[in-house]
Amino acid sequence: MMASSYNAKDEDGHITVSGPGGGTLRSKKPENTAFKQQRLPAWQPILTAGTVLPAFFIIGLLFIPIGIGLFVTSNNIKEFEVDYTGVDMSSPCFNCSQNFSWNSTKPCTCTIPFYLDQPYESNVYVYYGLSNFYQNHRRYVKSRDDSQLNGDVNSLMSPSKECEPYAFHENKPIAPCGAIANSMFNDTLELFYNDPNGTRIPIPLNTTGIAWWTDKHVKFGNPGGNNPNLTAAFQGTTKPVNWRRPVYELDADPGNNGFINEDFIVWMRTAALPTFRKLYRIINKKSSMVPTLPRGNYTLEVVYNYPVRSFEGRKRVILSTISWMGGKNPFLGIAYITVGSVCFFLGVVLLIIHHKCGNRNNSADISN
Amino acid sequence: TTSASFPAIGGKKEKQRKKKPKENKTRTVHANILYDNAKGEENPNRNYANNKIKTTKYTVLSFLPKNLFEQFHRFANVYFVFIALLNFVPVVNAFQPELALAPVVFILSVTAIKDLWEDYRRHRSDQEINHMDCLVYSRAERRYVERYWKEVRVGDFIRLRCNEILPADVLLLSSSDPDRLCHIETATLDGETNLKQRQVVRSFFDLDCDFDPLKYNGIIECEKPNNDLNRFRGYIIHQSGRRDALYKENLLLRGCTIRNTEEAVGIVIYAGHETKAMLNNNGPRYKRSKLERQMNVHVFWCVIILLVMCLFAAVGHGLWMFQYGDKRPVFDVLSPEGTDLSPIMSAIYLFLTMIIVFQVLIPISLFVSIEIVKICQVYFIHQDMDLYDEETDSHLQCRALNITEDLGQMQYIFSDKTGTLTENKMVFRRCTVAGVEYSHDANARRLAMYQEMDSEEEDCTSHSGTLPRRDSVTSHQSARVVLRSQSTKSHRRTGSRAEAKRASILSKHTAFSSPMEKDITPDPQLLDKVNECSSQMDFMRFHSQPMSQLPSDLADIIDFFIALTICNTVVVSSPNQPRQKVKLTSTKSIQSNLLRVNKGSSSSSLITNRSSNRGCSSLLSSPSAESTLTKLDEEQPPRGLEHSFGPVPPCYNGKAWNLEDGELRYEAESPDEAALVYAARAYKCSLVGRLPDQVTVELPHLGKLSFELLHTLGFDSTRKRMSVVVRHPLTDQITVYTKGADSSGTTCANSLKIFILVSFIKIVSRTQNYLNLYAADGLRTLCIAKKILSKEQYACWLQHHLQAETAIQGREELLFDSALRLETNLQLLGATGIEDRLQDGVPETIASLRMAGLQIWVLTGDKQETAVNIAYACKLLDPEEEILTLNAFHSNFAPFEIYPSSSPSSSSHTTPFTVLRLGLVIDGRTLAYALDKSLEDKFLAVARSCRSVLCCRSTPLQKSMVVKLVRNKLKVMTLAIGDGANDVSMIQVADVGVGISGQEGMQAVMASDFALPRFRYLQKLLLVHGHWCYSRLANMILYFFYKNAVTLIFWYQFYCGFSGSAMIDQWYLIFFNLMFSAFPQLITGTLDKDVSAETLQQLPQLYVNGQNSEEYKPYMFWMNMIDAFYQSLVCFFIPYFAYADSDVDLFTWGTPITTLALFTILVHLGIETKTWTWMNWLSIAFSTALFFTVALCYNASCPTCYTPSNPYWTMQRLLQDPLFYLLCVITPVAALLPRYFYRACQGTLFPSPVQVGRQLDKLPTETRRNILSLSRVKAGSALSPKPPFLSLSKPSPKVMMLCVVCVCVCVCVCVCVCVRVCVCVCPVNPQNCVFVCEFLYGLNKRDITC
Repeated sequence: MMASSYNAKDEDGHITVSGPGGGTLRSKKPENTAFKQQRLPAWQPILTAGTVLPAFFIIGLLFIPIGIGLFVTSNNIKEFEVDYTGVDMSSPCFNCSQNFSWNSTKPCTCTIPFYLDQPYESNVYVYYGLSNFYQNHRRYVKSRDDSQLNGDVNSLMSPSKECEPYAFHENKPIAPCGAIANSMFNDTLELFYNDPNGTRIPIPLNTTGIAWWTDKHVKFGNPGGNNPNLTAAFQGTTKPVNWRRPVYELDADPGNNGFINEDFIVWMRTAALPTFRKLYRIINKKSSMVPTLPRGNYTLEVVYNYPVRSFEGRKRVILSTISWMGGKNPFLGIAYITVGSVCFFLGVVLLIIHHKCGNRNNSADISN
Repeated sequence: TTSASFPAIGGKKEKQRKKKPKENKTRTVHANILYDNAKGEENPNRNYANNKIKTTKYTVLSFLPKNLFEQFHRFANVYFVFIALLNFVPVVNAFQPELALAPVVFILSVTAIKDLWEDYRRHRSDQEINHMDCLVYSRAERRYVERYWKEVRVGDFIRLRCNEILPADVLLLSSSDPDRLCHIETATLDGETNLKQRQVVRSFFDLDCDFDPLKYNGIIECEKPNNDLNRFRGYIIHQSGRRDALYKENLLLRGCTIRNTEEAVGIVIYAGHETKAMLNNNGPRYKRSKLERQMNVHVFWCVIILLVMCLFAAVGHGLWMFQYGDKRPVFDVLSPEGTDLSPIMSAIYLFLTMIIVFQVLIPISLFVSIEIVKICQVYFIHQDMDLYDEETDSHLQCRALNITEDLGQMQYIFSDKTGTLTENKMVFRRCTVAGVEYSHDANARRLAMYQEMDSEEEDCTSHSGTLPRRDSVTSHQSARVVLRSQSTKSHRRTGSRAEAKRASILSKHTAFSSPMEKDITPDPQLLDKVNECSSQMDFMRFHSQPMSQLPSDLADIIDFFIALTICNTVVVSSPNQPRQKVKLTSTKSIQSNLLRVNKGSSSSSLITNRSSNRGCSSLLSSPSAESTLTKLDEEQPPRGLEHSFGPVPPCYNGKAWNLEDGELRYEAESPDEAALVYAARAYKCSLVGRLPDQVTVELPHLGKLSFELLHTLGFDSTRKRMSVVVRHPLTDQITVYTKGADSSGTTCANSLKIFILVSFIKIVSRTQNYLNLYAADGLRTLCIAKKILSKEQYACWLQHHLQAETAIQGREELLFDSALRLETNLQLLGATGIEDRLQDGVPETIASLRMAGLQIWVLTGDKQETAVNIAYACKLLDPEEEILTLNAFHSNFAPFEIYPSSSPSSSSHTTPFTVLRLGLVIDGRTLAYALDKSLEDKFLAVARSCRSVLCCRSTPLQKSMVVKLVRNKLKVMTLAIGDGANDVSMIQVADVGVGISGQEGMQAVMASDFALPRFRYLQKLLLVHGHWCYSRLANMILYFFYKNAVTLIFWYQFYCGFSGSAMIDQWYLIFFNLMFSAFPQLITGTLDKDVSAETLQQLPQLYVNGQNSEEYKPYMFWMNMIDAFYQSLVCFFIPYFAYADSDVDLFTWGTPITTLALFTILVHLGIETKTWTWMNWLSIAFSTALFFTVALCYNASCPTCYTPSNPYWTMQRLLQDPLFYLLCVITPVAALLPRYFYRACQGTLFPSPVQVGRQLDKLPTETRRNILSLSRVKAGSALSPKPPFLSLSKPSPKVMMLCVVCVCVCVCVCVCVCVRVCVCVCPVNPQNCVFVCEFLYGLNKRDITC
């Protein structure tokens, strides 16, 4: 843009109007500044085998220990997984899974026994996992109304277009509207510890603290604010087609009911990949003396409501402890080790190249 | 190179129009004052444009539609708008429609703001100009009143005062000048700084009193407005029915400045946009550079890749849908209407959606970024101190803003000689009169002294310019040439720097010559003869002896100097009052004296007394050439010889004139005219005044003589001659003085032959010898001849000439024939040799340009000998090389038939360092054959195998044909450089045209893309700026393609059912290229220097880099694409596996991927950046900071907005997650490992010459200098044309590609191994992982194999 001013005269064909007295004889000499003369002090790295060698070795030496650390951390995490889809004949849930669809009203319950060979010392997180479930489908992801979920009364009664075709049912607005809410996971999972004595001790599962704090307190809100009478607040709306109960009957606890029900909030955070898990419950550690889940036999009781067979989906329950880096995933550790060793290896290659060819080059320069 | 346009002073011409031109072809102008009260309908001038100018493109209302319309001419913009609009279709939309508009709106508005700003600037300057004042006659007030320029209308009478700028094209009706002249300076139009004379229209010529507009009653018929500055035709019809012709000499053009004339009155003919100046103004030029052409091919490839990817996704989606059959899964949402879509339909919709999603693949901001970078590059070129010429206070001008990178890719240079290689500062060196040579040794010594002063001052290292002497001009092969030592040294045209500065200040306003040109030391022998001669003549005059008694050699001498003095168009002025005629001040003092003495003498007296005619006195009423001619034409009255001698005693004028003599300044249209006039003055034969009808010359003893100027036949490039027809005051004979080239090239016969016909053979042959000698010394030669016409002959010729002048059809040809008829049978008087000195540093520049692999051709209009010698002087031709001279005498074109077969290396073109010891010299006539269709291939074959080519005696058309031939046939990048009007066509034809803003006016500069003050600046412009611009832009474009090809979303399609879903928030996606990653590449594209300026200049071989397009080759594009694919794989799959089977949500997973990609892209740029200034660091830091700031603000701003991502508090949470940081470290490292490794290997194993140059930069200055000087010596010698360290084996692209592919395979295998290990360890869902792994592995394989 600055340059175009030089061409102003030529472009416009205008006459430069000089003032009386012939104008000033100001020299057009360019300023001698480092910037204008393109002489800014600069660091000029030249990429040769010799100069990049240290970088490769440093990266290699840094990454390998980090990788080992990550790998060990990941391996220390205890994780147990039960698939309860009921695909196999032998599976306890086979019957439930066979004749089940969204329309069936009679609940089907199945019981799955399992054995933990290690005690789980710290807090245990109970996840449910779905496979082959494309929560990231483009139209699915969009099918929600955030202002409705935030408790906006207008949106409650007239959900946004994005929710179509799950916005109205029988001329009543659906609360919560949209495909995501409509397809909410609705199996009930219960966990029992089979005492060596033979008694089934139900394990207390925490229903709160599983959603993001900001989601629960900022993003989601019931219409009418803190009005405890949710039934009144949701007056005039209807439940999503696939739901058994209206939204205001999700939980008995008013702090976890309606739109701020944490199971609901967790479901609404759509998963990134078609195989995913979602936090279901937390088993808090009671005391430092007793492990949260001691070694032994357990029973999982499932109220089987959620059909996945139509799309070859799988349902799982996962019990896992977590570390600072999240759940069990050895990948990052392996990746660090791999990249580190590749770097180290390339470093060695470069060292060889440098010794074979690098010197030749420099000496050729100087001797000439 | 001289572009003289002399005003042809014609006689009174009754325009014999054959037929009245049709109304629509002419313009009729009436005086406005006749219609003053009846404005509007009745005014016949109402339809003509008024003088308000508006160069703005837009108005407030029309800006938006018009600007958008213009921007949509660029196809890319249409494409992006189409994509943005596609988003408004609900079934296919991928992004929020409003948001999708953002990038294209941003791009459009950036361009629009730029346009608006430029337009506003134009508007401001329009306003300023429209509101300038001028005097317009008002009928109501009966006087001239001040008006704004914009109020001036066609038909208005305006009064102009000295130094005023003309507001419109005005027909001159009256002038305060006694000769009815008006002087104008046309520098703003054509850059020529000399004064031009304009004449009052004939019919108003004889008005004694001031012009009274009220009495005006003519009607003017003239041409429609056109842009030809040198043409104006029309006639004025008076009430009496009389018609008077109008010429361009009557027209004052808008933009010129009135000089030397106190007052002038004229009527406006063309106003505002219809003025010739405005019609001539056709904005900056737009060219498309080679790099951009290459780039556009790759943009097209990007489109194809995009379509393939979209097709792939569409098919994938169709299959994905198909596998579910009728059982629609719960996550496959129905369309809003609740209807179900068939897989095929959704695949088609998805195809469109994917086009939107992948739009980033076509770099939307590429075009804008390139424009911005180019503007910055132009700015830096402007700011370069080394391209600034202190003498003329001018620096390089980039007139074409968008071909800077072409400067780095030139292969052929076509150069003009005079004014381009040489100074075009003419210095009189020697002359020969009547076959006797006067060597002017003292003058030569004087010039040498200037030389020494220069070399002392500049402390420049002198180069030995003593090459073996050249004995004969004819034998080029064996003979060698002596170079006058000063011609190879750098020299200034003025004595010292201080003097130069002073002169430059002066010359900014005037066209005065420098002292070196003026102070000519006369040859004593010749001076004696002149004195003797004039004293004899004086004696004879007193004794009323006829002049013919004078000895012929003496007569020749005096005639020679008279011819030098008057045969030109030089205007005389005095420096004390620039632009004021001497005559006005000097003659007044002697006026009374003169009147007393000269009583009764008639028109052709010694000194014209027109200046005394002030105040309506008509003491001498009919002295015009016109009237004389008319008389001659009509009745040929017998004229007495008695009054041809002015009875002015010689004692009378001596003192007064001598005082002022030194003060006289001459303004010439071409510098060699001035040189000759100064030379004549050195012999006391000085020009003291020039009027349109007479020239006053002062001679020793004789005093002032007034030559009645009957005709001037201007110089033109075909005749290469000019002539004046005068009445000699001493003999009263009608004499023709002709000055011209000794052999004029093309159409008319050799003019020396004409001399031979009449003059003494001996003189002619001797003169011819001297001429050859002069030419061998590199002097410009001019022959001076004269001819005496009898009255009858003259009358006869005049009649024909007048007919020619008044002819409407073919006037030019008729005038040409007429001139030829006059210029025959001339008597040769003598010849002059004028030195045109080489510009500073020309040989060095040519040498280094040649080392840079550039082929240099010199195309000149000069004669062969002069051209060859200049070529030797500037080291274009080497004494050691064979010279092939092609001079055709028959159309039989033998050399071409023989040569190619015996040529040792006919395919020299591709090997730039090969030095061929062969030069080609070809003259214009031969060139005409060589450019013939049948021979042009052979000609090129010969020319290509020669190291240098010199075309002499070539016409402007031939020059452009040569350039065109080379450009089209050899498919090379050509650069044409020239300074004069005759180079314009060549400059326009070449890929890059360079104009030298020197002595010859501005035509070349106006036509050029770059204007340089000196030839030697070409070296830095090409070698440094060209190289930088090219490598910067090439790297930036490659980076752009890479950056946009990092298509992470494509990989995601495999995990979202090809539904067109994106894990990256649409805001990030849209602003990623536009904002977050935009600045660093602009900084690098503007500032990156691969090699320092010093090294580039000292090692011109590095220029080959650009010539061979080393920085931007098609395989590099594909390599970058492959690299981008690899990097996107890494950037996608590392987070994929790190988050596999976790509870991460879509956008909490996508945000780290965005961040990773940003880091990867920035570090990639870092690898490609060669110089890191604080600006680079800052821009990268800024980009990173900008991303995080925007992300944090965006994620905290609204909990319920931005569907569908709704990223509330996502970034904040991620920043607390250690996994995020771990990913950010490993991914860029893994992604860039291959490239980094490759660069390192390349730097060591097969460094490009540029990299070697960079390594040289790093060495301490001492060592570097040693290496470079060694390399220079070696490069200069015949044995090793290039420095040995540049001869490292450079592997072919294939080898390099193989290396890269190997590294890619290596790293891919590593990644796959890592993935496999992961799968083995990973307990969850092994089948899934294995599938993914295999897919990934297979894809890699496919990438590599294709």
